[in-house]
Amino acid sequence: MSNQQVEAAPTQPKVENPRVKAAKDFYRRLKKNVPALIGFYTILILVIFSIIGPWMLSTDPSDTDVINKFAGPSAEHWFGTDHLGRDIFTRIIHGMKLTLGIGFASVFMGAAMGIPIGIIAGYYGGKIDAVIMRFIDILLAFPGILLALAIVSILGGSLVNVTIAVAIYAIPGFARIIRGSTLAAKNLEYVDAIKALGAGDGRIIFKHILPNVLSPVIVNATLYIATAILTAAGLSFLGMGAQPPQPEWGAMLNDGRSYMRDAGHIAFFPGMAIVIVVLAFNIFGDGLRDALDPKMKK
Amino acid sequence: MSQETILEVNDLRTSFFVEGNEVKAVDGVTFDVPKGKTLGIVGESGSGKSISALSILQLIDSPGKIVGGEINFKGDNLLKYNDNQMRKIRGNQISMIFQEPMTSLNPVYTVGQQLREALKIHRGLGKEAGTEKAVELLELVGIPSPRSRVTQYPFELSGGMRQRVMIAMALACDPELLVADEPTTALDVTIQAQILELLKELQDEFDMSIIMITHDLGVVAETCDYVAVMYCGKVVEYADVNTLFKNPRHPYTVGLLNSLPRSDVDQEELEPIHGTVPAPHEMPVGCRFAPRCPFATDLCHEKLPDLEDIGDEEQVRCWIYTDEWDGDPEVKVYEPEARTTKDQ
Amino acid sequence: MTVYIIRRVLQLIPVLLGVSILVFSLMHLTPGNPAQLMAGESAPPDTIEQIEESLGLNDPLPVQYWDYISGVVQGDLGTSMRYNTPVADEVWPKFKVTLELSIYSTILSIFMGLLAGIISAVRQYSISDITIMIIALFGLSMPNFWLGLMLIQWFAVNLGWFPPTGWEGPSSIVLPVISLGTAGAAIIARMTRSSMLDVISQDYIRTARAKGVKKRVIIYKHALKNALIPVVTVAGLQFGALLAGAVLTESVFAINGMGRLLVDSIIQRDFPVVQACILIIAVVFVVVNLIVDISYKFLNKRIDLND
Repeated sequence: MSNQQVEAAPTQPKVENPRVKAAKDFYRRLKKNVPALIGFYTILILVIFSIIGPWMLSTDPSDTDVINKFAGPSAEHWFGTDHLGRDIFTRIIHGMKLTLGIGFASVFMGAAMGIPIGIIAGYYGGKIDAVIMRFIDILLAFPGILLALAIVSILGGSLVNVTIAVAIYAIPGFARIIRGSTLAAKNLEYVDAIKALGAGDGRIIFKHILPNVLSPVIVNATLYIATAILTAAGLSFLGMGAQPPQPEWGAMLNDGRSYMRDAGHIAFFPGMAIVIVVLAFNIFGDGLRDALDPKMKK
Repeated sequence: MSQETILEVNDLRTSFFVEGNEVKAVDGVTFDVPKGKTLGIVGESGSGKSISALSILQLIDSPGKIVGGEINFKGDNLLKYNDNQMRKIRGNQISMIFQEPMTSLNPVYTVGQQLREALKIHRGLGKEAGTEKAVELLELVGIPSPRSRVTQYPFELSGGMRQRVMIAMALACDPELLVADEPTTALDVTIQAQILELLKELQDEFDMSIIMITHDLGVVAETCDYVAVMYCGKVVEYADVNTLFKNPRHPYTVGLLNSLPRSDVDQEELEPIHGTVPAPHEMPVGCRFAPRCPFATDLCHEKLPDLEDIGDEEQVRCWIYTDEWDGDPEVKVYEPEARTTKDQ
Repeated sequence: MTVYIIRRVLQLIPVLLGVSILVFSLMHLTPGNPAQLMAGESAPPDTIEQIEESLGLNDPLPVQYWDYISGVVQGDLGTSMRYNTPVADEVWPKFKVTLELSIYSTILSIFMGLLAGIISAVRQYSISDITIMIIALFGLSMPNFWLGLMLIQWFAVNLGWFPPTGWEGPSSIVLPVISLGTAGAAIIARMTRSSMLDVISQDYIRTARAKGVKKRVIIYKHALKNALIPVVTVAGLQFGALLAGAVLTESVFAINGMGRLLVDSIIQRDFPVVQACILIIAVVFVVVNLIVDISYKFLNKRIDLND
């Protein structure tokens, strides 16, 4: 319920900077969102683990234990061994930095390209906007993994190329969101006021529009990391990403598929690892979105 | 009360439960609606007037809940009704129209479909009979070429037209009581007058009682027979409309009238009420208006006054009119002239 | 409405043109000589010249594009380098399989997603709502190829209920359709839930209640029709995602569809086939989106048709 003010009477002696207040509100709401916190801490733990994990393990991801090929989970091999007798747990731990790295790097690159495109389209409008948006429409005509596949078919299969492909696939999403937010921010009255005061385009974009469009970018980026990880794993699964003997999870799944009948664990554990990482980003992204936009939370 | 009443609301309490806190939006509201008359409920946003209206038809959504009181409609307490019984009342004996005509009609159904619905539920009218009645209703509320309107969608109508459709829907089953929640707030001034005029005509024609929820004293003056003034979830004054405008009792009512331009008395300047409505979680323990009241004494700040009869069909919730009043005895007598020169 | 449809169809032309240019460029953006890539590292110069000649690689690019696009419009998708057969003959039978897989999966997604989403919204915060939303979150986070492998493991290998691979007969389509449709169902369930909750809090729902309409009628008549409007758009996008996702599902279940053909052709560098597969999926997706857009306008009377 809103309280109508009959007369403007300042009840608070100190007026808080609205942006600081928004950030505080956001943080307060985020702290109350239990799933989001679980997602955030899971991501944090995974990131730390992907860095220090390999140092903590005495085993090497490429070490083969030929006597113990296809071994099921045991005290010695927690997640069992694969068709070459390599320890799956070790490989998953070593592969974590690849998965997270592809996720972060591709989304970072996608955002770095998509944000300026979106801002330019939204801020300048007119013909520039029309041309950019048509181009974005063309990219969006390639659904899901298809654009990434097309790009990999040009560049050839490797982890770096997969990252680039997934990054390009991320551009349209960022550009569209940013364009929308920029259009909305541009029409705010205060931007008109600043313009009237003679501020240049650069100053308006960097000081007044960019901060306003950042929150949808952050939400989109978090959720997009989940998609990027799934897409990259899919490409590796098809044999177009990581090359052996890299312990990339999608490639490990690909290794395991031939042995489903007798050694299902080879495919099971890398898949579970993907599910957990993607789940963490998805629930954290959901939580961020709810915290940034309280209206969304029902 | 000398005349027949159609609705008696006694000590109605509706609260919202948010994050473990209870916010008392309607906190012991009592009023009567005389048959065939219009009762105005006036107050600022957050005074609980709309929640009171929604409570009558039990349209309060979670996390809101009616926690106590009685709503006696023709002698039966509606709060004792189950969902099925209540549904037979809604849109049939008691109807409601809302503040936002732009969003109160379902965008994906035609005007005719929406008008026929209540007729089908409460009167069992089929499609053809329903359409005929719908055309009749649209004509009644003054919509031009009603026959072609029934097949139109809400987006094809203006705000004023939509509110007329809402009224037609509300009147479909000849209700005995119409609850109008700020029916003209969202409309242009000229349209407002037309809608109010229409409501008055229809009231006379059907001998209908109306509860008019509004924050606009102008609307009250034009349409109401009786007025309940609400402040912070409580009725602070109840009187017939002439008494209220001529001889307001509660300092809040006085304040409201003083902040309004008037032609019947000399005013040197408009006087706003100072301060703001208290937030729900920092409600004063005493009289809710005490922090903003120019006459408030320690008594006012410490104890909440009751809604007391102070004359024929006149009630006020203020210590000034009780024997316990410990402030200046002079303030008991209000004259409009005195008010305009009063020192703040 | 007719004017709107015509205008939307006309807007399609630049997009399709752009798509075809991009697809055409695939071969030319590849580092190195495409003819060399196709023939292999050790191919004699004669062979390479022959390939260059047959593909018209020596013509200027606009001429090549014109040849390509005029062929495509007439149904000539080029010649497969691997089999030396017309690409169209190769692609169309397989496209049919992929289309079937995508359509069945989309139907499953919509059906399951709507059902779950409505139950969730109507019983907000109940055990069933929480359970459905947790399952949906998992469904969204699972790689469809892994889900496919797990389904094979449990229902084909262990229980023997369904064949582990192939696309012949009704029992063989169950596992691939579940594997491909789950993520879509999850997305539609989440969308339906939030859309329903949004609609339920609208003023017109209160109006319906004030008229004495039953709760069930309010949900299925007044709320659902409005809530479906945004869901339609998502379902259209999902169809495209499933069409592309079929690449992975077909690989897992060894289904002889266009997705598998695409992957094989990328690995074999059979560019004409790659181009054809990508072009077909993109065009189908764009056309489906157009249909969705038009039905969106049709459903959503509020939107001005001149937009």
